[in-house]
Amino acid sequence: MTRPDLVVVGTSLGGLNAMSALLASLPAGLPVPIAAVQHRAVDDDGRRLATLLQERGRLRVVDAEDKMPLEHATVYLAPADYHLLVEARGLVALSTDPPVRSARPSIDVLFETAADAYGRALIAVLLTGASADGADGVVAVKARGGRVLVEDPATAECGTMPAAAVAAAAVDYILPLSRMGEYLVALVEGTRT
Amino acid sequence: MALPVKPPAETGAAESVEALELELLLEAVFRLHGYDFRDYARTSLRRRVAGLVRSEGLRTISALQERVLHDPQAWERFLNGISVSVSAMFRDPGFYAALRRHAVPLLRTYPFIRIWQAGCSLGEEAYSLAILLEEEGLYDRSLIYATDMNEASLRRAREGIYPADLMQKFTQNYLQAGGRRAFSEYYTARYDLAIVRPAVGRNIVFSQHNLVSDAPFNEFNVILCRNVMIYFNRALQERTHALLHASLSMFGVLGLGARESLRLLPQEPCYEPLVEGEKLYRRIA
Repeated sequence: MTRPDLVVVGTSLGGLNAMSALLASLPAGLPVPIAAVQHRAVDDDGRRLATLLQERGRLRVVDAEDKMPLEHATVYLAPADYHLLVEARGLVALSTDPPVRSARPSIDVLFETAADAYGRALIAVLLTGASADGADGVVAVKARGGRVLVEDPATAECGTMPAAAVAAAAVDYILPLSRMGEYLVALVEGTRT
Repeated sequence: MALPVKPPAETGAAESVEALELELLLEAVFRLHGYDFRDYARTSLRRRVAGLVRSEGLRTISALQERVLHDPQAWERFLNGISVSVSAMFRDPGFYAALRRHAVPLLRTYPFIRIWQAGCSLGEEAYSLAILLEEEGLYDRSLIYATDMNEASLRRAREGIYPADLMQKFTQNYLQAGGRRAFSEYYTARYDLAIVRPAVGRNIVFSQHNLVSDAPFNEFNVILCRNVMIYFNRALQERTHALLHASLSMFGVLGLGARESLRLLPQEPCYEPLVEGEKLYRRIA
C-alpha cells in the first residue's frame, strides 16, 4: 500500500470542535502536511481560526498563501473567501473562482485537486457538516486510489455532510471523532492499511 | 453487469492525454489569438477549461479546441470563461482601511497621483479606489489606469453596472473599510441593477493591457494587483513582478491580495511593508 504524502480534511457546521479534537489527537512530528477546508464566514480574517487551532494541538497551523510549499507537521487552512487547491505535489494555490455548491472555500475543490496531484498517496478526512460539500471530492479521491475516513454520521455534531459522502462513495473507514486521530496516524505511519 | 475497473496505468495514460490536449489548446489559442495562457497555474486553469467543456456540451478538450479555433463566438466565451474574475467593491475591507490610513498620507505629498490597477476585471476595485480618493480630497489630482486583457470585461467595467443584490455586501465592506458617507450616494438603483454614478469614474481610464505579454506603459505612484497573480505559475509571477517593479516609482506603493506574498521572489528585497498584517508595500530599491 502506498504511504500517504498528504492528508486533506473538510468540515463545516460543528467543524471548529471537530477540528480541535482531531488536531489534539495528532502527534507533533506527523510526517505529512495537512490541507484543510473549514467553511467559515467571509468576514473572518482567518488569523483567529489558525491561532485557535494552533492552541488545541501540537501541529503548526497556518492560513495558506498562494503557491506556498507544503511542509510536514503543518496544517494549511483555506483562507476565508478563497478556494484552496493543490497545484502539484507539495504546492498549494488559491483561487477566487465562484463558489462551488455555495461554498468558497469548497471541500470538493480541495479534495478533487489533491486527488489529481497525489492519487493513491492521499488520505481524505471528512468531518461534521450541514451540506453535501465533500461528496464529489470523496468520489474523486476514491477514483484515484486514495483513502477516505468519514466521521460517523450517527455521532457527528451534524451528520448531513458525512452521510452524503458515505452515500456517494465506498469510503474506507467510518469512525467516531474520538478514534479518528488514532486511525489517521496509523495510516500515515503505515501500521494500518 | 459489473463495470470494468480501469487499471492504474490506463488512468495515468488518460490523464496524460488530457494534459496534452490542454497544452495543444493553449498553444493554438496563443498562436491564433495572441493570448498566452501557457504559464497560468495549471490546476485552476484545468478546472476552468473543464467547466467550459461541460458548458459547451462537449466531452473533450480537443473538441473545445476545434470549436474555439473555428467559431468566433465560442472564442469569446472561452476568453471570458478563462479570464473573467468577479471581485467585490472594497474586497478585504481591512486592506482599504490600511490604504486610507497609511498610503493616503504619502499620496498627499504628491502634486499628481498616478495609479495603476492591473487586472481590473469588472471594475469593482477601481471604483472603490476612486471613492476612497474622493473622500480623502485627492481624486481631482489622481488618475487611475484600470487595465485588463479582456475587452469585454473592460466594456462592463466602464458601464459600472452591478446586480443590485450585491450592494448590501458592498455597503457593508465600504463601512468596514472606513467609508465616510452613505454608500448609496455613489450609485443609482434601477430595477435590479445598481449603476455607479458617472462622477465616480471621471478619473478612471479603462484600457487594455495584458500582464503576460505587454511592456510597462507608464510610471505609477501606486500599483494594485490583487488576486490576479494567483492564477499564474511561479515563472509568470516572477515576470509580472518584474513588470510591476519597473512600473512603480521609487517609494511608490504596491498592493497585493490578502493571501499573496512577495516571499522568495527576486523583487522581495525591493519592498518594505507599509503596514504589518496587510499586503501593502513600499518600493525602497
